[in-house]
Amino acid sequence: MKAEALLLFLALSTPALAQGFAGMGEDAEGFSVPQAGTELVFPRDHGAHPDFRIEWWYLTANLEAADGTDYGVQWTLFRSALAPSEGQGWQSPQLWMGHAALTSAEKHRSAERLSRGGIGQAGVVEQPFAATIDDWHMTSRAVASADSLSSIDLGASGQDFSFTLKLDAMGPLVLQGDRGYSVKSAEGQASYYYSQPFYEVAGTLKLLEGDVAVTGKAWFDHEWSSQPLGADQTGWDWFSFHFDSGEKLMGFRLRDSAGGFTSATWINADGRAEPQAPGALQVTPLEFAEVAGRSLPVRWQVKLPDKKLDVSTRALNPNSWMDTQVSYWEGPVRIEGTHAGRGYVEMTGYE
Amino acid sequence: MIRESFIVLLSHWRRKPLQLIMLLLGLALATALWSAVQAINGEARASYARAAAVVGQDRLESLVQSDGSRFSQQIYVDLRRAGWLVSPIIEGEKRIGGERIRIIGIDPLTLPPQARQVDVMGAGIGLKNFITPPGILVTSPETAQRLEGAALPPVAVVDTLPPGTAMTDIGIAQSLLEVEGQVSRLLLWPTQPASAKPLEETAPGLIRRQPAVESDLSRLTDSFHLNLTAFGFLAFAVGIFIVHSAIGLAFEQRRAVFRTLRALGLPLRSLVILLAAELMAFALFSGLAGVALGYGVAWALLPDVAASLRGLYGAEVPGTLTIRPSVWLAGIAIAVAGTMVSAAGGLWRLWNMPLLAPARPRAWGLASERAMRLQALSGIALMVVTGALTQVGSGLVAGFAALAALLLGSALLLPPLLSSLLKLGSRTARSVLAQWFWADTRQQLPGLSLALMALLLALSANAGVGTMVSSFRLTFTGWLDQRLASELYVTARNQDEAQAMRDWLVPRSDAVLPIWNAETRVEGQPVQVFGIVDHATYRDNWPMLAQVPDVWDRIAASEAVLLNEQLARRSGLGLGDPVALSNGLSLPVAGIFSDYGNPKGQVIVSNDLLVKNFPDANRLRYAVRIDPAKAARLADDLRTAFALPLENVIDQASVKSFSLRIFDRTFAVTAALNVLTLGVAALAIFASLLTLSGMRLPQLAPVWAMGLTRRHLAGLELLRSIALAALTMIVAIPVGIGLSWMLLAVVNVEAFGWRLPLHLFPLDWVRLAIFALLAAGVAAAVPALRLARIPPAQLLKVFANES
Amino acid sequence: MDWNAAAGMLLALKDVSKSYTTSEGPIQVLRGVSLSLDAGENAALTGESGSGKSTLLHIVGGLDTADSGTVHLDGRDIAGMDDQQLAELRRGTVGLVFQQFNLIPSLDVAANLAFQARLAGRHDERWAAMLAERLGLSQLLKRYPEQLSGGQQQRVAIGRTLAARPKIILADEPTGNLDEATGDAVLDLMLGLQAETGAALLMVTHSARLAARFGRRFHLTGGKLA
Repeated sequence: MKAEALLLFLALSTPALAQGFAGMGEDAEGFSVPQAGTELVFPRDHGAHPDFRIEWWYLTANLEAADGTDYGVQWTLFRSALAPSEGQGWQSPQLWMGHAALTSAEKHRSAERLSRGGIGQAGVVEQPFAATIDDWHMTSRAVASADSLSSIDLGASGQDFSFTLKLDAMGPLVLQGDRGYSVKSAEGQASYYYSQPFYEVAGTLKLLEGDVAVTGKAWFDHEWSSQPLGADQTGWDWFSFHFDSGEKLMGFRLRDSAGGFTSATWINADGRAEPQAPGALQVTPLEFAEVAGRSLPVRWQVKLPDKKLDVSTRALNPNSWMDTQVSYWEGPVRIEGTHAGRGYVEMTGYE
Repeated sequence: MIRESFIVLLSHWRRKPLQLIMLLLGLALATALWSAVQAINGEARASYARAAAVVGQDRLESLVQSDGSRFSQQIYVDLRRAGWLVSPIIEGEKRIGGERIRIIGIDPLTLPPQARQVDVMGAGIGLKNFITPPGILVTSPETAQRLEGAALPPVAVVDTLPPGTAMTDIGIAQSLLEVEGQVSRLLLWPTQPASAKPLEETAPGLIRRQPAVESDLSRLTDSFHLNLTAFGFLAFAVGIFIVHSAIGLAFEQRRAVFRTLRALGLPLRSLVILLAAELMAFALFSGLAGVALGYGVAWALLPDVAASLRGLYGAEVPGTLTIRPSVWLAGIAIAVAGTMVSAAGGLWRLWNMPLLAPARPRAWGLASERAMRLQALSGIALMVVTGALTQVGSGLVAGFAALAALLLGSALLLPPLLSSLLKLGSRTARSVLAQWFWADTRQQLPGLSLALMALLLALSANAGVGTMVSSFRLTFTGWLDQRLASELYVTARNQDEAQAMRDWLVPRSDAVLPIWNAETRVEGQPVQVFGIVDHATYRDNWPMLAQVPDVWDRIAASEAVLLNEQLARRSGLGLGDPVALSNGLSLPVAGIFSDYGNPKGQVIVSNDLLVKNFPDANRLRYAVRIDPAKAARLADDLRTAFALPLENVIDQASVKSFSLRIFDRTFAVTAALNVLTLGVAALAIFASLLTLSGMRLPQLAPVWAMGLTRRHLAGLELLRSIALAALTMIVAIPVGIGLSWMLLAVVNVEAFGWRLPLHLFPLDWVRLAIFALLAAGVAAAVPALRLARIPPAQLLKVFANES
Repeated sequence: MDWNAAAGMLLALKDVSKSYTTSEGPIQVLRGVSLSLDAGENAALTGESGSGKSTLLHIVGGLDTADSGTVHLDGRDIAGMDDQQLAELRRGTVGLVFQQFNLIPSLDVAANLAFQARLAGRHDERWAAMLAERLGLSQLLKRYPEQLSGGQQQRVAIGRTLAARPKIILADEPTGNLDEATGDAVLDLMLGLQAETGAALLMVTHSARLAARFGRRFHLTGGKLA
């Protein structure tokens, strides 16, 4: 769940920046609202949903070079609609934003792109699937019979880095929550949300120091909504874990004035998803560090008692700060404890 | 002790309030005119900087077509898809309710941070309102006022934009300018991703243009501001003469006090410091008052300056002033500096004065013959420099240096020259009174010479600038008659209307001549290209300065082009030189025509050539030839037939009067500064005469004692001032002619790009002379009146025995 | 004194009083002074500082006016004269010599010598040349006052006065700024030339030694003639 996109776009489209996270719960006037029980249909739902306020295609990859060096890669395309419609040329109310990052233990590199819809600079095509902004792309190369996201090419570039990756899914799409209807608060705010967590990755990172061939695992999310947060929710902590066992975990905590709202999905190695009851996931910060002028947890304890899961995370680079127009922490982690593995953590709303 | 001494020193001013007022007034006036010019220039420069900074043109490279024309926004998309960080800009001018507004369309999402003058996301605008129809026009407060009531998108106001500019979303701008899918240029982000594909591959038609470190505007208007600065400096110099005389007098009159204070044990150093502190306090006070006054003057002049700049250069300057700390600081600094320069001589003499020097003021400022000779030699040397600079030097700075040398040289030569003239005058003296009059006048010269030099500067500047402006106006009027030969000028609102209008006009008039134009760049300068058809209107009337024999045939055959004078001068192009217009089109120059009052370079080609090479040329304007008697009728019919607004059909006379109005406003500032400078000079004379009048008594009392009435003496004193002013005026005329020649032949050519013939207007000089004599008379009136009414007891004091 | 006879005299003062207003109130300078002087006579006017000598001289010379009393000069009552008439009187009838010389600095010696005579319309080239000769100024005619010594300047001042052939010469301490020898020489010249021209001479001095050389002597104390 990459809800910081919401913040970014609301900031762009309204003078509500100062309102911060509180502004996200506002009415979804004129926009469609996710309904429980709606069945997601592919490939149609891989594409954009302009009648929803916000949407994102989000990919994080834990990569390793031949010499064992760890890397993390983030590739995100956000969509935000000023109005629930599509228009021609500059008149289109659809706005697009790309975030890309390449993290190593020494350095976190990030880049950002913005674009208007309607002029061909950015957008998402359903068939054959292609999500683009500028020269950044996520393009399907799946055979016609397969899901169009089962094989994709991914690329992005920044000032001091670029990457081209080939991704092949080793498992099925995973629908989060109730068949893709993901509840975000006790009041019932929700989004449509599915993932492809089974990518095996191979590709090249281009750094100033030279090219690095890498392999690893990647996790893809596609989520859209118009009103995903409760009024008093102030930020969130999000976790996606690849365990060495082949199992996966997606979990998040939405922080509010009370105890917060947690949700998780346990994904078996065969792709079978087990949505967990709200509150089943327990997350606790273990260690804080000063990042970008604020205090952020850089180690977490994550527990899911039903699955006998009790692990802690260790950031590859505690300074994985996305220094974009609206900033947040997003970076690769190692997982230790009852289960070992790698994953990504995202933290927003820490002021 | 220091405190008491200071009080003693200051008590002088309580007894001589008029002297104090002169000192403060002189300093304040000098500072005021200088500060006014600074404030005006500051305002204009800030405005140019704002204009230059619009969408970061002063800091960002951009991608443009080599001829500056618009191109498809698909090229923008292609470049983005190739990894280039670029942001599209559409620019154009639109007439809205009679106002020409420069519309700049931006894409707020991709705009580089350096280009963001307008906080689109901020309160009052909001991205959604900005980019979705009807959009928002962001303008300066002044422009917003001008646009009030026009059928336009809602207007938001910011302070960061120059006047006459409206910023809006690129999509909105494309609709307003009717250029859907087109962009003018692409701003390049300062750093580009290493992975971006080569530019030539993706956008072969575009070239990189460096950021305009100095905008076209500030380059064009530089001379204008240099002009103003020169005037401000002149006014300051003239004002400093007043300060100098007041300070000099105060020093002389307090010699006895200085002596006493020192005799009582005040160290010389402390005395000098006290005097410096006293003057510093005066300087600070007058400096502050002067800057405040200067803002008043600037506030009064700015509308004319703004009109001048708009008329001359198309530069938009707001009509309102911002209070700039730099102006205050500079104003006070120059007041202090001016005071110290004026007082340096007095302080130096005091420093070197023996303790028991005689307390009687000696004739103040009495210059020896030798000093006079030295001054004359310096003056001659400066004249030589002037001549050399006009012969050898080039450029605006050399031009102004020559002007400065001429003015300073003639000022230095004035006292020796007047002395000789007065010597000559005394030869003609029949009566003893006349003889005394001449001799005494000559003796007064050293004391008055500073004021007279100030008067000479003011008078020469007046005569010179006046001659320049009148010459210019005469030439301009004649030129307008040639240039505006057609009876009517019509402008359609759109392409279809233009065509229909032409069809309607052809059977009803003698000729309908298109005035179509496009923008391009020649030798890197923005120029307008006009297309004309072959017609007697041009063959018979066009104001050519130089031409090849068959110029009109060659233009008609699309074999050659015409350039206006300023373009020819700026680019150094002459007859026969090839001019690269666009797309590899290059044609020789067949003629150069005068084009006064136009800031831009202009190229004239045949209409066919224009249409073929500049497809997006503006084709809305026509000139109509018709029997002048029928012109008004036709204009009315045309307006009715097409429901045209009044301003879309203009007759010749209106254009002419409009042009002359612009012309006159252009020089209104110069005229105002001129008058102010002359006023300050008159004040300088007044101050000097007042200064001298106190010292005159010992010289006048014996003459009174020998049988002249006080009124008779006062009359002679008045006459003396007027005679000196008259002689100064006589000297000022040749200096003024020299000045105007330099303005016309050197400065104007550099500043505007055109050279004008010099015409002489003796009647103006007579008027100026009358004014000068009047000024001198008024200045002398007060001291003279005081003399006429002086109690005899005061005169008798002169004879009182000191024993 | 016979006042009818006095009326026929060149100069006759009767009951002349004069006061000045100062910051400490009015000061009575002259209290009813009466005196007369005939053509060709010379007289010394002596008195303490502030006794009113100079004021008396200024009133006689038409430089100042009396508060009360009459002043007859050359047959006219000058007490009632306006500015214009007084100026004419100074120009045509009176010759003034001051302690400070009061030459016109912008004119050379020759012009200074001729100045008053020409103002009075009585300039005589030969007379002027003779005077210059007698006064020892012939070699100095092209000089300017500031280039002269004190004695030379006073001789020019005397010459200037005599050149105009005034009916009465009024001198205010003419030798006051000169050393004794020079002063005596200047006085010799003045008295000699006065006798030759037949003008009357009234000279203010505080020196009894000099006063002794005059035909008549008036002494002022407290604004009254002793």
